[in-house]
Amino acid sequence: MKRRDFVGLSGLAAGALFLPSLPGFGHTRVDPARLLEPGADVAQKKRLADAALNAAKSAGANYADVRIGRYLNQYVFTREKQVQNIVSTESYGVGIRVLVAGCWGFASTSVVTTDSIAATAQLAVAIAKANRLVQKEPVQLAPQAGYGEVSWKTPIQQNAFEVPIKQKVDLLLEANARALDAGASYIGTSLFQVNEQKYFASTDGSYIDQDVHRIWPTFSVTAIDKASGKFRSREALSSPMGLGYEYLTPSTSEQVPGPTGTDLVGYKLRYDLLADAALAGKQAKQKLTTKSVTPGKYDLVLDPGHLGLTIHESVGHPLELDRVLGYEANYAGTSFATLDWKAKGLPYGSKQVNIVADKLQPGSVGAVGYDDEGVKTGRWDLIKEGKLVNYEKIRDQAHIVGQKASDGCCYADSWSSVQFQRMPNVSLQPGAAKLSVDDMIKGVDKGIYIAGAGSFSIDQQRFNFQFGGQMFYAIEKGKITGPLEDVAYQSNTQEFWGACHSVCDQSDYRLFGTFFDGKGQPAQISAVSHGSATTRFNGVNVINTARKIG
Amino acid sequence: MPILSQTDAQALLKQVLGYSTADECEASLNGRTTGNIRYARNSVSTAGAQDTISLAVEARFGKRSGTATCNEFDEATLKRCVQRAEEIARLAPESPEYVPLLGPQTYLKPPSAAPTVLSPTARAQAAADSINLCAAKSLTAAGFLDGGTSFVAKRNNKGLDAYQQSTNTDFSVTVRTADGRGSGYAIADVTDAAKLNAKALTQRAADKAAGSLNAKAIEPGKYTVILEPAALMAGDDLSLLGGLFYGLDARSADEGRSFLAKKGGGNRKGEKLFDEKVTIYSDPMNAEVPGNAFDGDGLPTQRMSWVEKGVVKNMLYSRYWAQKNNVPATPFPSGFVMSGGTQSTAELIKGTAKGILITRLWYIREVDPQTLLYTGLTRDGTFYIENGAIKFPIKNMRFNESPIIMLNNLEAIGRPQRLAGCLVPPLKIRDFTFTSLSDAV
Repeated sequence: MKRRDFVGLSGLAAGALFLPSLPGFGHTRVDPARLLEPGADVAQKKRLADAALNAAKSAGANYADVRIGRYLNQYVFTREKQVQNIVSTESYGVGIRVLVAGCWGFASTSVVTTDSIAATAQLAVAIAKANRLVQKEPVQLAPQAGYGEVSWKTPIQQNAFEVPIKQKVDLLLEANARALDAGASYIGTSLFQVNEQKYFASTDGSYIDQDVHRIWPTFSVTAIDKASGKFRSREALSSPMGLGYEYLTPSTSEQVPGPTGTDLVGYKLRYDLLADAALAGKQAKQKLTTKSVTPGKYDLVLDPGHLGLTIHESVGHPLELDRVLGYEANYAGTSFATLDWKAKGLPYGSKQVNIVADKLQPGSVGAVGYDDEGVKTGRWDLIKEGKLVNYEKIRDQAHIVGQKASDGCCYADSWSSVQFQRMPNVSLQPGAAKLSVDDMIKGVDKGIYIAGAGSFSIDQQRFNFQFGGQMFYAIEKGKITGPLEDVAYQSNTQEFWGACHSVCDQSDYRLFGTFFDGKGQPAQISAVSHGSATTRFNGVNVINTARKIG
Repeated sequence: MPILSQTDAQALLKQVLGYSTADECEASLNGRTTGNIRYARNSVSTAGAQDTISLAVEARFGKRSGTATCNEFDEATLKRCVQRAEEIARLAPESPEYVPLLGPQTYLKPPSAAPTVLSPTARAQAAADSINLCAAKSLTAAGFLDGGTSFVAKRNNKGLDAYQQSTNTDFSVTVRTADGRGSGYAIADVTDAAKLNAKALTQRAADKAAGSLNAKAIEPGKYTVILEPAALMAGDDLSLLGGLFYGLDARSADEGRSFLAKKGGGNRKGEKLFDEKVTIYSDPMNAEVPGNAFDGDGLPTQRMSWVEKGVVKNMLYSRYWAQKNNVPATPFPSGFVMSGGTQSTAELIKGTAKGILITRLWYIREVDPQTLLYTGLTRDGTFYIENGAIKFPIKNMRFNESPIIMLNNLEAIGRPQRLAGCLVPPLKIRDFTFTSLSDAV
């Protein structure tokens, strides 16, 4: 969907445009009860999948895979004292990908019958044959042994769709009331719930049934000073998670108190929506009179809920092998971390920087047992003691870096979208030595502590970036001395990671995440998490973002 | 099947409304048939086609509303869809923002549909032309061609009866030099696919790529810039003019949370916020960028002035906010026209003593909604201008700038070109703020 269409359909203001995936074409609005009805059983899906694979092979495919997808979503939107919208959607169909003489073809259908599936497989073969005209590099697929009939499910405690809508609405409206009581002028609260029921089969002999769950409660609180015309916002400190509704049951053992001198709380695998909304109401109001930052060089102490986005943009994206090779040159961009750059052995960051990819990380939104081309997922090193050691790859890229197997990074956001290489969960490893956030701050003479993700922008090769945040605090002579506003930092990837001074220990480790990582043409979204503990970066350039308009 | 004629669509919608027992009922059909081809590294990467059609039924009992959708149109499915919408409506809370459905409306007939739609072979040929041009010069092309036909039909039990069809084709290409040190970009969208010239656009991107080799670094700071249309407007991301235009929302301003909020309350409609050379309007009948006849609510679009000689003339009022404030609702426009002059970009360059030519801006995000401060970077062709001519390519830079400040620092406006369904002129701006250098090419 084009941005202008989306704005017209949703009536949402520009600030809400990071949410491109509200139900559009291909998603059917359904009664919430439908979200609990079972889809086709495994035996039925295997029959349908075999129809696709047989038709593709008969039509001349050397390889074929089929994804039978049932995608269920429920979104609840409220503002202040009212419910704005409750949307439940279902999307069901089949996508078939074939390889004919080294050329990919893809076709999809929402008519899930053996006849329609066979015709779609033939269409995919016809498209592959037509594409040969403009194909100069034949696809080389890394070998993949079939797994037979296997399954995987996100380890959740409570399916969010089983929770009555009234209970969700009551919770969101209560959060709104807490924020308004604490001084907010406005609050908009949303709850996103996703269940992907995916069945994958391929001519390699895999039949993989997966049930993937994700949840994301979030809000934006605004405080207004009518007299001066000033307004300030504070977003939720929650994260999208690969969890069920249990994420919304607060637990003190899953909370990390923020550093001394802040009221902040960090959340691990459980979130306290009501407490965070109340704190956000108070903090949004405080921001109206908070001191503006003096620009200059500061040591930054970055909370995991903030640092996750910087990891996403400056490590997750540049190590996607399709960008490195030039496949995203016309849209998302390429990468500074080319194969030649890697061969030089230059430092990506300081020795403190150890970054791993992990497609099975508990609680992460990117966790799946198998990817969308039937590869079992796992964990591997990307950066070791500051050196780039590996990339993020799929089956048709493995040979380019001399690897015999894929990393399992293939994903499609719908049965109707063709699968391609997407970012796995990419996380900074906590420091081995015991180090609390307060102890880290004790060592900082002139710095800023930043919590929560804000404005973000990075160039198309992932050198130069600028990040804002939600809450900023001045650090002077080892202590937090008070809040700051109008803070953004600018750096470039190698300089920034090279300035990584220390990382707190495992006890501070938390996940940041997004539902809406965008890539590809036509654009597809993907969900991904980034873990870290609070981390210190020395001597980073901070700008003041306050301006005056007439 | 995805594109129904007006007669067929209205007959189907009439049938659907016949099953309704609700106080108010509105049925809408949306369909489109599109195809695309994507290439990179001078080779096709993906190609696909998509046909979709769906029916949405909104049922209302008093102020309670429910919506259901389906994509099969046999009698049983249609009946079930209406019933489901009614069941959801009965369970829904009353909406405090209820506005009755629209009655009969009169619509303009914008020339928004053209007969030519590209076939898969024509798309592959366009990609091949683009690739071959680059391969012959040892350049590397990555591009995307996407287009097709869509239709919308609406009908309700208050007498609304609306139908429109439109066609659109988008093409963009990034050309890079073999050593990766030069990059150029070109983009276009057309109503009539016959008017798309992928070869000429690729040539333009190729020239920019070749011309941007050996870029020099200049000190970030305030510079006079010439922003080409692709640096001002984008169809798929936030842009300087797009963000400003879609930010003309009355409700957020009245609520005190927009750059158009007035000190002490209310909004800034009627105030002069920009240089007097700035005039922005929308016009569905514009032959170069025809718009929609109606918006998502069924409101008829018409020529509408947004900014006239620097003064904010109108803001976007949803039907609810208009009713609450006792003003007419604003039909949501499908695009805008920024009035321009007659000068080409080349002529704007000729009239510039010192400045920077910017082909494209990238990864623009809002930094402060209070002032509409945006940040982003130049990309795919940035050049230093001296004494009326391009002197040398320069390295990319990050900017931090507000389109409001930018449109107060307006030196000259060039001839508008179509981009993302809008008409956008190149602009010459003084004191555009760059804050850091980027090594990206």
